[in-house]
Amino acid sequence: MDLSSISPVTLIVSLMAASTPILLAALGELVVEKSGVLNLGVEGMMIIGAVCGFIAAVTTGSPWLGFLFGAICGAAVSMIFAVLTQYLMANQVATGLGLTMFGLGLASLLGHSYTGINPPAFSQIHIPVLSDLPVVGRIVFGHDPMIYFSLALTFAIWYFLTRTRGGLVLRAVGESHDAAHALGYKVIRIRMLAIAFGGACAGLGGAYLSLVRVPQWAEGMTAGAGWIALAIVVFASWKPGRAIIGAYLFGGVTVLQLNLQAAGLAISPAYLSMTPYLATIIVLVIMASDKKRQSLNAPASLGKTFFAST
Amino acid sequence: MNLIKTLLAGAAVATGLAGAAIAQDKLKIGFIYIGPPGDMGWTYEHDQGRKAIEEALGDKVETTYVENVPESADSERVMTQMALSGHKLIFATSFNYMDHVMNVAKKFPDVKFEHATGFKRADNVSTYSARFYEGRAVIGHIAGHMTKTNTIGYIASYPIPEVIRGINSAYLAAKAVNPEVKFKVVWAYTWFDPGKEADAANALIEQGADVIMQHTDSTAPMSEMKKHEGIIGFGQASDMGQFAPKPRVSSIIDNWAPYYVARAQAMLDGTWESTDTWHGIKEGMVEIGEMTEAVPAEVRASAQELAEKLASGEVHAFTGPINKQDGSAWLAEGETADDGTLAGMDFYVEGIEAEIPN
Repeated sequence: MDLSSISPVTLIVSLMAASTPILLAALGELVVEKSGVLNLGVEGMMIIGAVCGFIAAVTTGSPWLGFLFGAICGAAVSMIFAVLTQYLMANQVATGLGLTMFGLGLASLLGHSYTGINPPAFSQIHIPVLSDLPVVGRIVFGHDPMIYFSLALTFAIWYFLTRTRGGLVLRAVGESHDAAHALGYKVIRIRMLAIAFGGACAGLGGAYLSLVRVPQWAEGMTAGAGWIALAIVVFASWKPGRAIIGAYLFGGVTVLQLNLQAAGLAISPAYLSMTPYLATIIVLVIMASDKKRQSLNAPASLGKTFFAST
Repeated sequence: MNLIKTLLAGAAVATGLAGAAIAQDKLKIGFIYIGPPGDMGWTYEHDQGRKAIEEALGDKVETTYVENVPESADSERVMTQMALSGHKLIFATSFNYMDHVMNVAKKFPDVKFEHATGFKRADNVSTYSARFYEGRAVIGHIAGHMTKTNTIGYIASYPIPEVIRGINSAYLAAKAVNPEVKFKVVWAYTWFDPGKEADAANALIEQGADVIMQHTDSTAPMSEMKKHEGIIGFGQASDMGQFAPKPRVSSIIDNWAPYYVARAQAMLDGTWESTDTWHGIKEGMVEIGEMTEAVPAEVRASAQELAEKLASGEVHAFTGPINKQDGSAWLAEGETADDGTLAGMDFYVEGIEAEIPN
């Protein structure tokens, strides 16, 4: 075994790319849950974003349009969930699970004739001088624009939730929809917007997967990333900054285990493959053991159906 | 998720039965696939074989396939559905369907089964495989010549004899032309997971491999190689020609079509019997995809010559002296490996530094 062959710099660079789809989806779900809605359809929205973004990018030749279309389609399928749960009062857990199955099926149907095609290239930015700096150059200045976008989005969501009136209203709706309703806020409308935003983020994460990370369309390519995103929201105790830590931890362990194998570490790869999931579960268990703090952070109306009686 | 898909697929097969009951005289042939036919790799070629049957035998046959069938009890359910709905010949196209094929075959003695890459047979179960290792020897030869870092990365799926045989064969051929060559092996523990396969390719490239071989089914490693300068690889199972001339410089193509057509014809003629088929370059079941300009002309020529010698039997991919990894003798000078040992190969040859996971 030769651990020195693992370069920390390239490891960090590739873990950021591996984590970005999960981070984007988790950020969207975080906002949805902050508004008091539990949407378990992240996986379905992601894969719809992956296939739609891919189709748009291949058809138009522009990855940017691919990302845009992936986000729009993610938001569009999330509206099915939104109408069912907000207007028809359907159970959120069951509807979310249904959305995942629907998304996976619809995506394979849509993507049927798009396998084996190469999407247009989406390259990393290159700033003269800065990107060529040793170590820092590659870690800070050598990524593709979507990675910077995901980081900016994290900051924007944090700012919105904690520093703006709109964020306060959204959180109020998530804490007590009855009180928010009594104050005259449009609970349903705010939740619809939050769900659409969550869908767009998941779609964007999916499009990043099919356009940058792999990059190609393959059926079932999200391979559970949506579920990891859901776990990361809890892991992050509904704080955007911690969502980055969660996503990068998961992505980091995934990339690290493959690198350890390539370096010849004599541990069964079966165990190494488990490590990202184990790490996530262990942190979740630790978080959950602190009941008081957990309940302080979880939106009080999470998953409850709102019915305006008056 | 897979369970639900399989159940739905099973239901689809069952409804197919009702509609097809009228066309009694048609021979119904079923296929179960490990991935989607659009993987452009392993499953794609099996599906090409299925289409070849339809083309060659036309109205006399009807084919059905179910994709993404997990290598678990789910596959038994799908095969049972197929057998119940009048399929008389069923192709199971992945190694770990093996025990499930045997179980279902016991229940339906009138239905004939064809299991790819397995080694368990019965009166109504045949096995068939290709000598992929001959192709591996050819690409190993090219890889040994082409690597500048003397490091070849290998994305392996599961530690089964077929995969281990491929690693050994490629290593021996590479080492024969480049004594300095080293292999790095990453086990993905999947046949098809584009994200993971791409990550594995990336990890190998980061650690100095400049030639990547894969024994997984998707083209994701090719996409990953394309992102890096000066990395080459080989199409696996299918040509993957959309990545030529670089990173894909050649490929190992599995051509199942002639075998599939012959077996379907045997069913029609009533001459089908349980056999064990293991065909190589000679019979055309293994083909070497076009070598691109990225490979120097003299290497192309010597690789071509090696392929021809493997086909004629003049050269065997495993010719002694070869020691096992632990240093014990396996093949003496000039001795070639017998098929039995190759079929059950569970050891690395001397020189490979990794360990086989168990």
